[in-house]
Amino acid sequence: MSSILMHAPALVIALPLLAAFVTPILGRFNRKTISWLASFTLGLTLLLTIFIAKQVLTNGPIVYVFGGTEIGLTLPFGYSMPIRIIFQIDAMGIFMGLITAVVAFLAAIYSISYMEQHTGLDKYYTLLLLLATSMFGMELTGDIFNFFVFFEIASISSVALVAFRSTISGEPAEAGLKYMVVSSISALMVLFAIGLFYGQYDALNIATIASVMQFTQLDKIALILLVTVLSMKAGSVPMHMWTPDAYSEAPAAITMVLVAASQASLYALFRITFSLYNVTLNTITVGWIIIILGVLSMFIGVTMAIIQSDIKRLMAYHAISQTGYMLLGVGVGLAVLTNPAALESYGIKAMEGGIFHIMNHAMYKGLLFLTAGSLFYRTGTRDLNRMGGLAHNMAYTATFFIIGAAAIAGIPPFNGFASKLIIYESVYQFNPLLSIIAMLVSILTLASFVKVFHSAFLGPQLEHYKSVQEVPKSMVLAMATLACIIVFFGLFPELIVKHIVHPAVMALIDQARYTATILGGI
Amino acid sequence: MIGNFPFVTVIILIGLGIYSLLFKKNLIKIAIGLTLIESGVNLFLIALGFRKEAVAPIYTQAPEGVKMVLPTPQALCLTSIVIGVATTALVLSIVMIIYQRYGTINTDEIRRLRG
Repeated sequence: MSSILMHAPALVIALPLLAAFVTPILGRFNRKTISWLASFTLGLTLLLTIFIAKQVLTNGPIVYVFGGTEIGLTLPFGYSMPIRIIFQIDAMGIFMGLITAVVAFLAAIYSISYMEQHTGLDKYYTLLLLLATSMFGMELTGDIFNFFVFFEIASISSVALVAFRSTISGEPAEAGLKYMVVSSISALMVLFAIGLFYGQYDALNIATIASVMQFTQLDKIALILLVTVLSMKAGSVPMHMWTPDAYSEAPAAITMVLVAASQASLYALFRITFSLYNVTLNTITVGWIIIILGVLSMFIGVTMAIIQSDIKRLMAYHAISQTGYMLLGVGVGLAVLTNPAALESYGIKAMEGGIFHIMNHAMYKGLLFLTAGSLFYRTGTRDLNRMGGLAHNMAYTATFFIIGAAAIAGIPPFNGFASKLIIYESVYQFNPLLSIIAMLVSILTLASFVKVFHSAFLGPQLEHYKSVQEVPKSMVLAMATLACIIVFFGLFPELIVKHIVHPAVMALIDQARYTATILGGI
Repeated sequence: MIGNFPFVTVIILIGLGIYSLLFKKNLIKIAIGLTLIESGVNLFLIALGFRKEAVAPIYTQAPEGVKMVLPTPQALCLTSIVIGVATTALVLSIVMIIYQRYGTINTDEIRRLRG
């Protein structure tokens, strides 16, 4: 058993990938079992991820060399740089891996009932499993070209999922096309940047490039390309135009996974700036660029959200706005990276807030999109003006919506409050104005969700929704799990921050340790 | 100067691709723009591995003392081409669906999602 678990990093990729291609074959014989197969596989992957996380957090980073004689041997035969594809899993990578695993598993559970009436389910689950695979790949890999490959797989599978409902109407295809163009350009620019690195340093391993980084003119061009396209894929203003379309047109369970996929790009952005460039770049300038992107995302996202009447579009704009908090928190950390005193007093704290917010956002935004999906499942509309009085019929969904909305608006005792408070406190010491904008955005978020709650759930029971019932069990189960996680994180934030978030932040900041994991020696 | 010629071509290809993405209204031309950018990036990778008067990097076949080209960029490029085929196929199939649903491939008329 232990020998199998030694290969856990490879299995996290291999299991969903295998299941993705078993699904269509199984679907030929028995249509019912494929949804269970997908849920089972992703559940197993979740267990594996938890196992890896436990190892990483107790014993330090794990290195997995593909095709090598020994798993942890990065430099065989006295080579000075690694040549094989290496998975380098540190606390930050596995932190994102955990989010992906939870979200993908619950999406599969939710889909059991939600997608039951659809045709082409074998393709749906194949794409969902591929998307999960590629997100794990992006988060665990230590090889920048390998990252590009997984990035492209993520693009292709998520685009196909966004356009999945195009058999019914044209809008999903339109959203899919926008997302595809954005994703393709992003991926090609990442490849161009990889070419720039390879041309200069003859290396594709992130740690190896980081150890010889000169920060030449070409590296600056690569940095500009990478920051631009990765923040575009993460859905930050001003490159956010694809986000509301893709998020609102995808099936609800997929939207939840898309949020996590955007965060995988966000993770890549942090990985590039912290682990690849770190102090070689002008941290104050790049940090401020990320902060400004964050503040713009927060503000424009929330102001655009207030005027929406489509519930999923509204939530998608909130997703942009919440991405801003993460960029703000981590951007502050980057801006003070070269200043040890400031880093110690509030830089690390700000980053903890930003990174913790990634996990919290995946949970509560996932929950909110699932409740929107439940409303759509029962009422057949996403238009808020046509909903009303649904709390009478859908008590569970209404409760979960309150939990999600309170969490996103930063109301205690839910998890959004925990991470936002850390961000406010630490960013205030960096620049009070930024902190005030963040609080203002939080108030606007609350206002917008009060409106949604009022128009969808409150009021007298409407005539044409008399027969509406609560959603099926698998959907309730998925939402309940997320709600429990939200409340748990909200009640014990210091536990999570201390054991999961703080190691992740330290893994990002400490570039020397990142390179030493591969190249040896401190 | 002549050695930089491939890189100039790369810039021209990528520039043309971005131009057609930004200014063309026809979805097929946008798809062509994407493939142009992709060709530019592939050419860039191949040009990186080029060495003058070098042979293919097959150790058992290469004559003694002759330089070989760098194989890694070719491997990268091959992967990128394969992925590019998948991307192009997906873009074109989505364009096909859009044409079925909207009856047009002009971006000015395909604007149901807005706000």
